[in-house]
Amino acid sequence: MFDTLQDRLAATFKNLRGKGRITEADIDETAREIRRALLEADVNLAVVKEFVAAVKERARSTELHAALNPAQQIVKIVNDELVSILGGETRTVRFAKRPPTVIMLAGLQGAGKTTLAGKLALWLKGQGHSPLLVAADLQRPNAVNQLQIVGQRAGVHVFAPEPGNGVGNPIEVAKNSIAEAERRLYDVVIVDTAGRLGIDAELMQQAADIRDAVRPDEVLFVVDAMIGQDAVNTANAFAEGVGFDGVVLTKLDGDARGGAALSIARVTGKPIMFASSGEGQKDFDVFHPDRMASRILGM
Amino acid sequence: LSRDRIDEETWEDFEDTLITADLGVGPTTELVDNLRTRFRVEGVADPAQAREILRSELLALVDPTMDRTIHADRGDTPAVVMVVGVNGTGKTTTVGKLARVLVAEDKEVLLGAADTFRAAAADQLETWGGRVGVPTVRGAEGADPASVAFEAVKVGIEGEVDVVLIDTAGRLHTKTGLMDELGKVKRVIERQAPVSEVLLVLDATTGQNGLTQARIFREVVDVTGIVLTKLDGSAKGGIVVQVQRELGVPVKLVGLGEGVDDLAPFDAEVFVDALLEVA
Ligand SMILES: Nc1nc2c(ncn2[C@@H]2O[C@H](COP(=O)(O)OP(=O)(O)OP(=O)(O)O)[C@@H](O)[C@H]2O)c(=O)[nH]1
Ligand SMILES: Nc1nc2c(ncn2[C@@H]2O[C@H](COP(=O)(O)OP(=O)(O)OP(=O)(O)O)[C@@H](O)[C@H]2O)c(=O)[nH]1
Ligand SMILES: [K+]
Ligand SMILES: [Mg+2]
Ligand SMILES: [Mg+2]
Repeated sequence: MFDTLQDRLAATFKNLRGKGRITEADIDETAREIRRALLEADVNLAVVKEFVAAVKERARSTELHAALNPAQQIVKIVNDELVSILGGETRTVRFAKRPPTVIMLAGLQGAGKTTLAGKLALWLKGQGHSPLLVAADLQRPNAVNQLQIVGQRAGVHVFAPEPGNGVGNPIEVAKNSIAEAERRLYDVVIVDTAGRLGIDAELMQQAADIRDAVRPDEVLFVVDAMIGQDAVNTANAFAEGVGFDGVVLTKLDGDARGGAALSIARVTGKPIMFASSGEGQKDFDVFHPDRMASRILGM
Repeated sequence: LSRDRIDEETWEDFEDTLITADLGVGPTTELVDNLRTRFRVEGVADPAQAREILRSELLALVDPTMDRTIHADRGDTPAVVMVVGVNGTGKTTTVGKLARVLVAEDKEVLLGAADTFRAAAADQLETWGGRVGVPTVRGAEGADPASVAFEAVKVGIEGEVDVVLIDTAGRLHTKTGLMDELGKVKRVIERQAPVSEVLLVLDATTGQNGLTQARIFREVVDVTGIVLTKLDGSAKGGIVVQVQRELGVPVKLVGLGEGVDDLAPFDAEVFVDALLEVA
């Protein structure tokens, strides 16, 4: 739909071929194009402002030559900056020294937590682990059944002592799941929780209570790649309310540019660990910062 | 002495507010540029007055005069309302809440669980049906969604109900196979009864991709209204301004929570005021 940043910058620089030097005005014009491209990709405005200022600084201090395809040089600068923010510190799951390793999933409603629980379980099983899924969303209609089916498909056990639909205490369920895992020798526990809004203080407290009950090795913040400017508010609210160690981006099989990845990585400093890209249990990969940078730039 | 002028900072505040609400950089720039011209011509210099004008321009853009009624009156056959959208936006929940609204209008309502794909989707819909006291027609897991929708409408016709609400599986607009399937669901329903309303459910947290979603869903099933869900969160849902403007499809309802009564008619003024409210 949109021209690529490369094309737009090429258009910007078309008139100065042969001039030899890039002027301050050229850099300003370039900065406007970069700003626009990032906003169209849903990167948060505050992050865009900071990012563009940094790129401008680098563009000034780099010897840009009109003769040497300046558009390409600037796209490279932008791309490098993106990759360095997105990939500051990539890693996957940190396993506990003493099992079980506990992974807790948290995020907004409909982000893809329950689906991710199944994907993680299958992935871990494939690496020789024996994961246990825990049905601690007792709120959303039939979330427990959904997780049971997901577990069945992945061929892993689901700890679901309560029926849900408003019945049962998720903090108790979460707590008891650890004893269950120890008793039956599951080495990874994956706790599915209800979706909640960043501004819902009561449910945020519940998430913190679940966290305290299971003392997770990893709290993963699950976020839909289609999210817009609100990504930063939400990520901050979860970081404050429950705290998280890593991020999982979902629904990357669509055509959203996924600028939220940049916003969240920049603002929280937490690594993006996994990418979810489909409804199937195998549609799951570790996160690739370079691919994400290209995607944000529409390349 | 030169008269007061709106300073650059105020302009930047306007722009930041709109972009942060997901209005989009293009529409924001266009709106702000128009205002700049208008203010220069009209000599508007007071920031408070400027804000009032910005509000009224936005309101005009959102267009309070659009028809936002839900077409759910039966004719010779029950009214059929289809609910569509990408994954996890709130379709099933909206069907439940909408059923509640229609029941309160003394309508006899039937639900059709044409999401045969997602784990426990039909159970979820049936739970909603139970909450609001309406029956659900469902098929086996993995059944053809068009045949479940057909069956639901057939049961609705035989039972002479007023409205059949069809819940469909979440699908990304980029998946042509799944979009074809959705088109088929609609065509198969239409063999028995016209579809009165196709509601596209957009999540208020969605950014610029919302416009692309709306374009493609409209192409495939001729969307007649938007439901903007999760407005109870911190997101503003500004993308619907572009959706309405480009596609001419009005936002009809807003979702304000997970409870049975958390569905409300779209109110342009409330929406615009929330959009301009700085977090
Ligand atoms: N296309 C696509 N769909 C996905 C992906 N991940 C999850 N989904 C779908 O998104 C919808 C919501 O997924 P869930 O796993 O139920 O999300 P959740 O976060 O558990 O939702 P709540 O428990 O209601 O908060 C379902 O239709 C899933 O099939 C993905 O990577 N790609
Ligand atoms: N806060 C809030 N949550 C909502 C609203 N509408 C739906 N939800 C929640 O969002 C999540 C997804 O809702 P569903 O109704 O299952 O969404 P869906 O579009 O049917 O999802 P799929 O069928 O998987 O594509 C659930 O946790 C709902 O409770 C709303 O207006 N506000
Ligand atoms: K809101
Ligand atoms: Mg869930
Ligand atoms: Mg659904």
